[in-house]
Amino acid sequence: MAPALAWLTALMVVPCALVLALAFFRRGTYGGIEYTFTLENFGLVFDPLYAGIFLNSARIAGTATLIAVVIGYAAAYAIAAAPRRLQPVLLFFAVLPFWSNYLIRTYAWIVLLNREGLVTQLLRWFGYTGEPPSMLYTEGAVIAGLVYNYLPFVILACYAPLSRLNPELAEASRDLGASALTTFRRVILPLTVPGIAAGAVFVFVLSIGNFVTPALLGGGRFQMIGNLVYDQFLTANDWPFGAALAMALIVIMLLVLMAQAIAADRASGHAAEARSNADG
Amino acid sequence: MLPKREATPMAERSPATRRTLWLVLSLVFAFLYIPIAVLVALSFNEGGLPTAWSGFSLKWYASLTGNSEILSAALNTLIVALVSTAIATLLGTLLAIGIEMRRQYGKGLEALIFAPMIIPDIVLAIALLSFFSMLNITMGLHTIILAHVVFNLAFVCSVVRARLKSFDWSITEASADLGASALTTFRRVTLPVILPAVVAGALLAFTLSVDEFIIAFFAAGAGRASTTLPMQIYAMIRFGITPEINALASIVMAVSITALTLSQRLNRGVIGQ
Amino acid sequence: MSEPRTLLAIDKVSKNFGRVTAVDGISLDIRENEFFALLGPSGCGKTTLLRMLAGFETPNDGRILLDGRDIARTPPNKRPVNLMFQSYALFPHMSVRANVSYGLEMERLPAAEIRSRVDAILSTTELVPFADRKPEQLSGGQKQRVALARALIKRPRLLLLDEPLGALDKKLRGAMQLELKRLQHEVGITFVIVTHDQEESLVMADRMAVLKDGKLLQCDTPHAVYEHPADRFVADFIGVMNFVPGKATTDGVVAANGARITGKVPATLLPGASAVASVRPERIRLFPEAQTANRISGTVEALAYQGLDLQLHVRTALSPKPFLVRVTADAADRRPVSAGDTIELGWDAADVRIFKD
Ligand SMILES: Nc1ncnc2c1ncn2[C@@H]1O[C@H](COP(=O)(O)OP(=O)(O)OP(=O)(O)O)[C@@H](O)[C@H]1O
Ligand SMILES: [Mg+2]
Repeated sequence: MAPALAWLTALMVVPCALVLALAFFRRGTYGGIEYTFTLENFGLVFDPLYAGIFLNSARIAGTATLIAVVIGYAAAYAIAAAPRRLQPVLLFFAVLPFWSNYLIRTYAWIVLLNREGLVTQLLRWFGYTGEPPSMLYTEGAVIAGLVYNYLPFVILACYAPLSRLNPELAEASRDLGASALTTFRRVILPLTVPGIAAGAVFVFVLSIGNFVTPALLGGGRFQMIGNLVYDQFLTANDWPFGAALAMALIVIMLLVLMAQAIAADRASGHAAEARSNADG
Repeated sequence: MLPKREATPMAERSPATRRTLWLVLSLVFAFLYIPIAVLVALSFNEGGLPTAWSGFSLKWYASLTGNSEILSAALNTLIVALVSTAIATLLGTLLAIGIEMRRQYGKGLEALIFAPMIIPDIVLAIALLSFFSMLNITMGLHTIILAHVVFNLAFVCSVVRARLKSFDWSITEASADLGASALTTFRRVTLPVILPAVVAGALLAFTLSVDEFIIAFFAAGAGRASTTLPMQIYAMIRFGITPEINALASIVMAVSITALTLSQRLNRGVIGQ
Repeated sequence: MSEPRTLLAIDKVSKNFGRVTAVDGISLDIRENEFFALLGPSGCGKTTLLRMLAGFETPNDGRILLDGRDIARTPPNKRPVNLMFQSYALFPHMSVRANVSYGLEMERLPAAEIRSRVDAILSTTELVPFADRKPEQLSGGQKQRVALARALIKRPRLLLLDEPLGALDKKLRGAMQLELKRLQHEVGITFVIVTHDQEESLVMADRMAVLKDGKLLQCDTPHAVYEHPADRFVADFIGVMNFVPGKATTDGVVAANGARITGKVPATLLPGASAVASVRPERIRLFPEAQTANRISGTVEALAYQGLDLQLHVRTALSPKPFLVRVTADAADRRPVSAGDTIELGWDAADVRIFKD
């Protein structure tokens, strides 16, 4: 036990603490670090230019999350509705791409979306003659890449509660006079929210801190925070500011996780409350 | 009382619903597999053009074997993945056993193990870069290995813990009662039971390590020193689309998918027990 | 008394799942306001038949007429029929009150009416103190009452209950049987209840149907089914029966050892055919009078007191299994018997039922 914990402490806790400390120092004239205490790196995070990138990241991550959840839930629902013996197979193949290299999966979208890629050729085949549409290096491409990369996880997360759902609950709802749609809205959806939440948090957290997808599929130089952090460390050589950005990223991530925990807590808290009321 | 009836299979739904559900599945699978399929298909494309099909050929695979940069990157990746997997499997398994045997689940401990799996890669990457450069450690394959063990250990630990949750510890007591030493008990009782999970965890770690790009990139001294395969691929992709990348990508994909399939098999074995 | 009106007519209904025929050409009439029981061994198709009535399964063949209208293809939410599920299927994320009012909300009734009807049904089913609890905080009996209230509040023409008492312990079961009967009387709704407990159906039902392998064997009042079983299977399944295998004659059955059992032989059974004579344990008398039609001696193997009754296991030459005899404790006190005694048993020809074997 001890060696593992020591390893994690030395190579994760200490370096992260170091980054936190770094964020309070000043950038040296020639790119080094000047060891004087300052808060200006955090002030800079709220500079309209950088705050804009945060908002942009949040918007892109949010959009990708929304799309991934809708598609992923639909797929998970269809898998859970398939014959039992097919379900593990379908699930396995839904998750398989997730285990091939992230860079390669992203690269596949370059192949697909570039000016002479498959999409353009398909358009031509359907009789399109104009200029090839510019799809690569757009926000849309980044979102597509993120959705593509994280969709399998959403499917997995949504499948778990869907497959555990007692099918008689949906039948009971129909029996009591609800249409299929009402049954979905009032019975199936509320009972599978935990899976949706887990999938959404995962996609959002991984998307907002993403570096590879915006770097390869995105247009601008700093489309998302990940690229900005990368740039501070490797190009601009402003490590303290990069550290402050990284900390801001961690804070956002923690906030999202906390929101999820509170929501889950409240759901179980309701039950406890009802119990004590009835007994009291 | 559990319903014994099977969960509303498609067969029991109206034909229209059934068709819609199959359509959804087909579209999702098309979305998931078409990009990969196009990539693999183009790796067999005779002509140099990345997009227009001009006949079947294995020449891009052949040309890979002559590319010394790629070969040395592949070798580096193999070293990093094997060493970090070995260390992480040992440490992660011991950690899992330590936690589950004593059943002390502290919040802090859980956070410590969970963190490497969810911290954004870029944050861990810059943290390690800062750490190594501040300590004036020369960066290279060894620092990548140190870094990869961090997250690999967490994943191995969680896979093994999942198996240990259903482990009946009284059988280790029975073994001790029958006169076995702690080490013998581990070797003859505990290990055989958790072995499939350990191997599955190791395969998972190996796959993650082979594929990992950004932490390796920073831990290697921001790409100035030892290059791993993902770093090499990243550099090539930035340069543009070439049939050679397609071939390389196809091979890498085949390797990691095989590793995953194996790990999945083993894990199913765990469930089946 | 006028003939009771038929509410639901099941007309040659069949259902198969792939190669399994779960329900095989069943025809049944269920009358207005009756308490009807579907009985049969596990896997005989009871649940499948019920699910077709509720609309979750479409028959491959046949018609289901409710008030003369074929509803076999009407979706479940459009039928005036409600089902109480074997697993209760309470919505776990809703309180008891929300579970019960769900069905009325689907009918888009005004809020005030929903509220008053929910209050009424909660007090009928004695659930008022639990109205704000979630299903997971209820005991088995309470859950069962919520499931019942949730179905009853819709005032269906027909209420289907799939083994409603299956999950309860024996004592609670007895209480709930009476409770269900009382409720059915009070709300005046037709109940169709599924059970594989024959005692339960004898206690509760006005009429009952016995199924086996998807086929209807008999449909009648509990008394008629008990006294005049349609075949050997029903005789064995409902209550306890002693069987004597042998060959049919014109006035009874000859057992393997040559002993003759006298009784009425069904017209379909030709002399010489394999047959089985049977008699209920409570119809057998100890120390019978000389003129008793059927008499046999045997050795008492075991005795068991069951409350007011004494049950004897008597080994005879008639059948491989010992005879079961039930005598009142009273009678036993008058002439005590003990294990190992050789005694004589006797029963009347009118109490013998003879079936094809
Ligand atoms: N959805 C289904 N798919 C395939 N076979 C089924 C299905 N539902 C029921 N069956 C089969 O149909 C037959 C009748 O099943 P059913 O559930 O109606 O029996 P039951 O009388 O309710 O039994 P129990 O008393 O155990 O509840 C069984 O052989 C069962 O295996
Ligand atoms: Mg059943």
